[in-house]
Order: sequence, then structure tokens, then C-alpha cells
Amino acid sequence: MKGFLLSFRSEFYKTRKTIGFWGSILLPLLISILAFTMFFVKSEELKSTPPMLLWIKFSMISLAMMGTLLLPIYTIFIAYSVNNVEHKADTWKTIFSLPISRWSVYGAKFAYAVFLVFLCLALFALFTIGFGNLLGTLKPELKFNAYHMEVQLMEVYFKLFLSSLGILSIQFLLSLLWADFLKPMGLGFVATIAGVTVASKNWEYSYLFPYAHPMEAITTMIKRDAKVPGPPRELQIDMFTKDVYVSFAIAIVVFIAGYFIVRKKSVK
Amino acid sequence: MVIQTQGVSFSFGNQQVVKSLSLQVPAGSIYGFLGPNGAGKTTTIKMLLNLLQSGEGSIHIFGQELQTNRISILSQIGSLIEQPAIYHHLTGKENLMNRALLLQVGETRVDEMLKLVQLTNAANKKAGQYSLGMKQRLGIALALLNDPKLLILDEPTNGLDPNGIIEIRELLVRLVGTGKTVFISSHLLAEIEKMATHVGIINNGELLFQGTITDLQNISQPLINIETDNTVDAANLLKRHNFTVTDIDNDRLFVPFTSKQQVGEINTLLVQNNITVFSISKQHKDLEKLFLDITKSN
Repeated sequence: MKGFLLSFRSEFYKTRKTIGFWGSILLPLLISILAFTMFFVKSEELKSTPPMLLWIKFSMISLAMMGTLLLPIYTIFIAYSVNNVEHKADTWKTIFSLPISRWSVYGAKFAYAVFLVFLCLALFALFTIGFGNLLGTLKPELKFNAYHMEVQLMEVYFKLFLSSLGILSIQFLLSLLWADFLKPMGLGFVATIAGVTVASKNWEYSYLFPYAHPMEAITTMIKRDAKVPGPPRELQIDMFTKDVYVSFAIAIVVFIAGYFIVRKKSVK
Repeated sequence: MVIQTQGVSFSFGNQQVVKSLSLQVPAGSIYGFLGPNGAGKTTTIKMLLNLLQSGEGSIHIFGQELQTNRISILSQIGSLIEQPAIYHHLTGKENLMNRALLLQVGETRVDEMLKLVQLTNAANKKAGQYSLGMKQRLGIALALLNDPKLLILDEPTNGLDPNGIIEIRELLVRLVGTGKTVFISSHLLAEIEKMATHVGIINNGELLFQGTITDLQNISQPLINIETDNTVDAANLLKRHNFTVTDIDNDRLFVPFTSKQQVGEINTLLVQNNITVFSISKQHKDLEKLFLDITKSN
């Protein structure tokens, strides 16, 4: 456990000046500022919008972007950047000859990639709530203060986080095995396009395909009551849908398999 | 013995790169691991660090079996394999601090190491802007950070200028003086001869020779290379005066070197007999020739 914590701290120390780390902070910040600016400028048109709908419209700017292409691409990039630090410096041999168990080194690296994705999505939730409230204060005609959906927003982003774990584990392994940028990135990109396509066509088995999970997560997020047809009256988030379970299961299996693949491959 | 391997082999696919290797590295030695490029040196070193797992044979370091005591053994080893592994976006000091964090070593030790390898002034410069020699020195500082009992260095003088080579050589001799053991690989015989106390020679994955530096010198006797205007007359003259001539061609002849005194005597003898000497020098055998000699003597 000590080795794991030391490795995790070292991951932060190494990447704290890289775009991989700062991307996790800047991406939610920039998109939230964009959404904020749009609402700030168009406050006149939006002032008649009911508070709940206002919050939904506001948060959907970020959510729609993340749910379609951005989250898979960002996850692919994080998996690449965490591993690329070692490929570029030729340091695999050094970190695997430290007096620290290989599980700890490998596990800490994976956990750090998971942490970066978590950080990014947590900041999305935080910035959406923060900027929404800021808008409510700066433009009182926008009734952001009349409705609260902090919990639901956090739930949605947590669902997105869970749904990205499958992609992350696969891309992490690909980036670990291939030093170059194009192979894992290219494969990931093609798979993402395929994922978005199958998810948007509502293919019945799309929940089995990890690259479709972020989009699935958005489309299945609202809990619907089967007995009451039509749009739901209350915003209730359906967190644990079957695509989330599949994503989680894939992450665990690929993570464990990855360790043995890496061990078998040894360090060239 | 600090390192003791028995019958260690390794294959990449069908190609066997290390064949039944049995190394004996005594404590307090500078063990020169000599061989041409592609002989299996780096593969052997990677096996010693448990980066590659050998299918056959056994590896004991500090008297412990490597596979089952991996962490306790690795905590006493410092290593530098091939190119120094350095994060270019971090400064020299940050590179050391990162490793210090992993090895739980304090900042004072980091500063000591920077001083030892003379990088204190460049400590806050990005390591990507370091010259090759500075990178190599930083690599050595990284290897020394946990005050290891055994230092494993793979071609540490590769790409260094003569000054850098001398600095590293002096550093290693100093380290052994403090009770450490150094295992150093090289493809240059002259390099190893200057600092090693023990030598192992590997070619095509096989250990051809292992022993002390004196044992090696008995095999790899240097030669005197004499360039004259008339090599045939010179050779006959030397033979009449009981010198052995090992080789002769149109421009030069070779006599086994025994002492500086003898070089002077040969020079005087030739000059006094009206043979013009263009040059006379001590010459080491190259690795190829040494391999031939070792194979013959086996």
C-alpha cells in the first residue's frame, strides 16, 4: 500500500507540469466559461425560461459535449498522456526496477489516470453549479436561484465517470503497449465514432460496447417511470444502468489482464 | 559474492541471446562486463534487475535468490541502463526529487548527489536542455540516490567526451573505496582495463572469460607497434637480439610489450643500426583479436 501511495504521489509530481494534468482542469473551465458567456449575453432571451429548464439548458451545453465525442476523446488522451511520460523519457525500466512491487507501480499509474478523469468530471459538475449560481447573482432576471439541481448534476457526472472507465482501461493498456501516438489514438478514435453511431441509432446491444457508454449514460440518465408515459415530471437520475455495469466490469477485467500482459511482455 | 548467477539463459523468440551464463562478482570489486554491441550485455543486466525473467538458471544477489527477494534486493541496487532515463520536462533537481520521493530519501541527499556529479549550478535547468554528459551524470546521481551497495551501470561512458569519461572513472574508483561494488558494462577493452578489478567477457551470449584484471592482462598482452622504413631488416635485427616479432607487414612490425624500458631499448637498437623509426608506440589488442586469443587459449 505504501508503494502504491508513493507511486501515486510520484505520478502527480511528474505530470503536474504537463498538458495531461492541466487539461483536466482547463477543459471543464473553458467549456463552463463558454456556457456562462452564452447565457450572460443572451440573458434577455432566456429570462422567461422556467428555473428548472434554465438549469437543464445551461448544464446540457457541457453535458451534451462530454456525452458525445469529448469524454471518449479526452479519456483516450489521458490514457495516452499518463503513459507517454514514461515512453518519452524511456523510464519504464527505471520505474519497474524500483524497490516497489510491480502491482503498485502499475496500479498507481492506472489509478492516477482514473483520478484525472474523475477530477475533470468533478470540476465540470462544480463549475456548472458555480457558474449557474454566478449567473443567478449577476443577472437576477435569470432565475437560477429558484431551483436547485446540485445533487442531480453530481450524479450525472458521476455516472459519466463510471461510464468512461471501460474506455479508459482499454486505452490505458493500448497506450502502455504502444509508444507511438497514432496507434492507440487512431484505434480509439475509430471506436469512438462507432460507439457514437451505435448509441445514437439505439442499437439494442450498444450497452455492451464501451465506446458507446458515455453517450448511453446521457440518454439513460433520466429515470423514467414505465407506468407513466411521456416526459418525467421530476428529475431523478438513474445511475446504475446496465451500460454502467458493463463499463465497470470491462475496466476491472482489462486492468487485471493488463498487468499480466505487461509482465509477460517484460520491459524491452 | 555480490552477484552469483548459474546457468542463466534468455531467448527473444527463437533467438537465444544469453547462453548458460555463470557470473561471479565479488564484493568491493569493479567488475567490467565486456563484449561487443549485441553480445547480450544489456539483456543480462535487465535480468539482474528482474526486468526480464530468465527461464533457466538461478540469480543470487547479496546471497539471496532474486525472484523471491526482489524488493529487498532492488532496494540495495542503483542502476543506469543504456541511455539515462530522465524526464525532460522536469529540471535536474526535480528528476532527483521525484526519485527521492519514491525511495523515501530526503532533499539533503538530493543536494549531495547534485554536488557529487557537479550539477549544482544546473540543478534548476530543464533536463531536456542538458548536454549528453550532464544527462549521463544525472543518471549516475539517480542511481546513487539510495546509497546502494551495488551499482549496475550499462555503458555509462557512451557518448561522453574524454573529460566526462575521466570524471566518471574517478567517481567510480572513489565509490568502490567506500565499500560499494560496481558492475559496469562496456564494449571498449581499454576503458575496462583502466578501472576494473575483475572482468567478464561475453560474446554471442556466452561468457568467454571471467577472472581478475591480471588474469586478463596475461592473455591480452599489449604490443609495441613499430613503423620503420625497412621492416624486414628491422625484424631480423630484433630477432638476432632475442626479441619476439609477432607480426610484420610492409610498414610496421609488432613485438610483445613488457615494459617502457624495453620500448626504449628497441628504439635505440634500431636507430643505432641505421633503421629510421617513424613511430613506436604501445598498442592494445582490440576486442576481436582478444576474442581470438581467448578462444585459442581455451
